[in-house]
Amino acid sequence: MENNKVDQFMDIRAATVAKMLEEKEKGMKVVGIYCTFCPQELVLAAGAIPVGLCGTREDPIPAAEEVLPRNLCPLIKSSYGFAVTDTCPFFNFSDLIVGETTCDGKKKMFEIMQELKPVHVMQLPHRHKAGASLDLWVDEIRSLRTKIEEELQVEIKDEEIWKAIDLVNQEKKALKEISDLNRNSPPPMSGLELLTVVWSGGFSFDKKELVEMLSELKKTLESREVDPESAKKPRILLTGCPVGLGSEKVVRLVDELGATVVAMENCTGYKTLELRADTSKDDPILALAEKYINIPCSCMSPNPYRMDLLGRMIDDFNADAVIDLTWQACHTYNIESHEVEKVVKDKGRPFLHLESDYSSSDEESLKVRIEAMLEMIEK
Amino acid sequence: MITVGVDIGSVASKGVLLNGEKRFSTVLPTGWSPRDAGEKILSTLFRESCIGQHEVGYIIVTGYGRVSFGKADKTVTEISCHARGVAALCPEARTIIDIGGQDSKVISINEKGKVLDFAMNDKCAAGTGKFLQVMANTLGMDVAELAASEDPSETVTINSMCTVFAESEIIGLLARNISKGGIIAGLHQSVGKRVASMARRMGAREKIVFTGGVAQNAGVRRALEEELKRIVVVPEECQYTGALGAALLGIETRQ
Repeated sequence: MENNKVDQFMDIRAATVAKMLEEKEKGMKVVGIYCTFCPQELVLAAGAIPVGLCGTREDPIPAAEEVLPRNLCPLIKSSYGFAVTDTCPFFNFSDLIVGETTCDGKKKMFEIMQELKPVHVMQLPHRHKAGASLDLWVDEIRSLRTKIEEELQVEIKDEEIWKAIDLVNQEKKALKEISDLNRNSPPPMSGLELLTVVWSGGFSFDKKELVEMLSELKKTLESREVDPESAKKPRILLTGCPVGLGSEKVVRLVDELGATVVAMENCTGYKTLELRADTSKDDPILALAEKYINIPCSCMSPNPYRMDLLGRMIDDFNADAVIDLTWQACHTYNIESHEVEKVVKDKGRPFLHLESDYSSSDEESLKVRIEAMLEMIEK
Repeated sequence: MITVGVDIGSVASKGVLLNGEKRFSTVLPTGWSPRDAGEKILSTLFRESCIGQHEVGYIIVTGYGRVSFGKADKTVTEISCHARGVAALCPEARTIIDIGGQDSKVISINEKGKVLDFAMNDKCAAGTGKFLQVMANTLGMDVAELAASEDPSETVTINSMCTVFAESEIIGLLARNISKGGIIAGLHQSVGKRVASMARRMGAREKIVFTGGVAQNAGVRRALEEELKRIVVVPEECQYTGALGAALLGIETRQ
C-alpha cells in the first residue's frame, strides 16, 4: 500500500503524456526545459506547462553521434538524440524549447537543435555575484519573458509571475521536506526511490497536484516501517552531474552493494532545493534572477556555495562517504571534483570520484570501486 | 585455523592457503572461465598442502572473477586484499602500485594495512599488463622476455597512450630500424609514466611497494623509480599479495 505512493511517481511521466495529448488539442501551450536554470515561473505565469525533456537514457545516443562528436557528455548527446529521433514525447509537444549556456557543448548543440524546433538560449553569466553578471541575467530573464509572450501569443503579468513564484517555492519546499526525511536513520527511502520521486516531479503536468502528492508521500514515509537493520548500511551522499532514470546505474549499484544513497546534491536532487525567490521584492524578474543565479552548478566560477552545501549535507545526512559521479567530457564537474575531494577529506570521509557515461559497459569496474570504498567504511 | 585466499585476475589466478606458520601458494592462467580457474586453484592448493576442503575454516575470493566463483565464504575487493597482503609482507609500505593484466591501481595504506585512498585505471589498456602483452606480440617476443631485452640508454619515447595506436607507432619505429631494446625501454617508460602520475596524485608516500604480474618486469620497476624519483620495492611474492591478503582477512573475519 505505502509503496504505491512511490510508484505513483513512476507513473507521472506517462500520465503527463496522456494529459498533454488531450490538452494540446484544446490549445494548451508547452515549454520544454533542460536545466534547473530555466525560470519556469515565467512559463507558468504565461499559462503554459513547463516540462522537463528527455536526456537521461543511452538509447538515442548513436543517432546523436551522427551529428555530434562522440567525445561529448552523454547528457548532451542523449538530449539531442531524443529530439532528433522524435522519441521524447515532451519535445514533440513543446511549442518552445528553452536552453542555457551552461557549457560549451550545450550551447553549440542548441544551435543545431534550432533545426528541429524554436529554441531560445539564455546567456548564463558565470559569476554568482551581483553586478554585471546579475544585470546580464536580469536582462536575459526579461528577454525570455518577451520571447515566451511572442511565441505563445500571451501577455505575462507581474501578478501571475508572483503566483507562479509562490507555487514553485511550495514545490521546492515540499521536495526538500521529502529529501530531508532521509536524514533519519534508517533512511525511509532507498536511493532509487529518492531518485524516482525527485526526478519524476520534473515531468508533472500540474504543480499544484505535485505539491499535494509530495505532502501525501511525506505522511506515508513518516509512518513507514523501515527494517531497523538497514540503519547499519553505509550512508552515501551522491554529488556531481545530473542523474535520472536511465542513467541511475551508480545509485542502483550502491543499493545492490548493501549501502544507501541517502541524499543527492546534484541538480536533479538537492542543489536547488534551498533556493527560493524572495517574495518581498518589488520586481518579480529581479527576484527570479537573484534566485537562479545562486544555483551552485559547476559552470559557475568560483562556486563556493556548492562546497558549503556539500559540507552541510555531509553533516546533516550523516554521510559515511561521498561519491562524485561526473559524466565523461563534462569538464566543469570533472575539474571541480578536485575541490569536492578537499571538502570531503577535510570531513574525514572516504571520497570516490567516478567518471562514466550512460552505457553499462563499465558496471563491473564501477562496482569494484564502490565496493572498495564501502570496505573502507566498514573498517 | 586454515584459511584460503583466491585472487582471480583477468590473466592469472592466484591462491594462498595459510595453515598456521605454513603457507602454500599457486598461480595458474585464468583462461576464459574465471570459475573453473578458481576451482583449479583450490584443488591445486589442497593437493600440495595435503589438506582437505572440509578442514578449511574460511575462503575469501577476490579479483575480477570473484563474483562468478561460488565456493567462497565471502568476496572482498582486490583493493582491500592487496592492502592487507602487502602490509603483512612489508609493514613499512604506505603506497602500493599494483599492475595486473587489465588494470593498474595505486593504494595508499596506513601501518595496519587499512586503505586510506585508492585510484584505479581500468577503462583503457594503457598502463596495464595487456598493453605490454600486445606490444610484445608486435615485437615477436614473449612478455616475460621484455625486461631482459630493454636498452634504457636508447629509450625511444612512445607517444601513443592508446594500445592500438601505440602498436602502429611501434610498427613505424621498427620500419625505421630503431633498436628493439630502445623501443622496449620506451614501452616500460610509457607504463611507468602513466602509473606514476596516478601514484603522485595519491601522494606516493614511502615505502612504495610494487605488486601484480607486471611487477615481475624489472624494466617497469626501473621506469617507475625514474618517474617517481623514489625507490620502488618488489616483494618476492609480488603476484600473490592479493591472495595472501584474502587469506589473512579470512583469519580476521573468522576471529
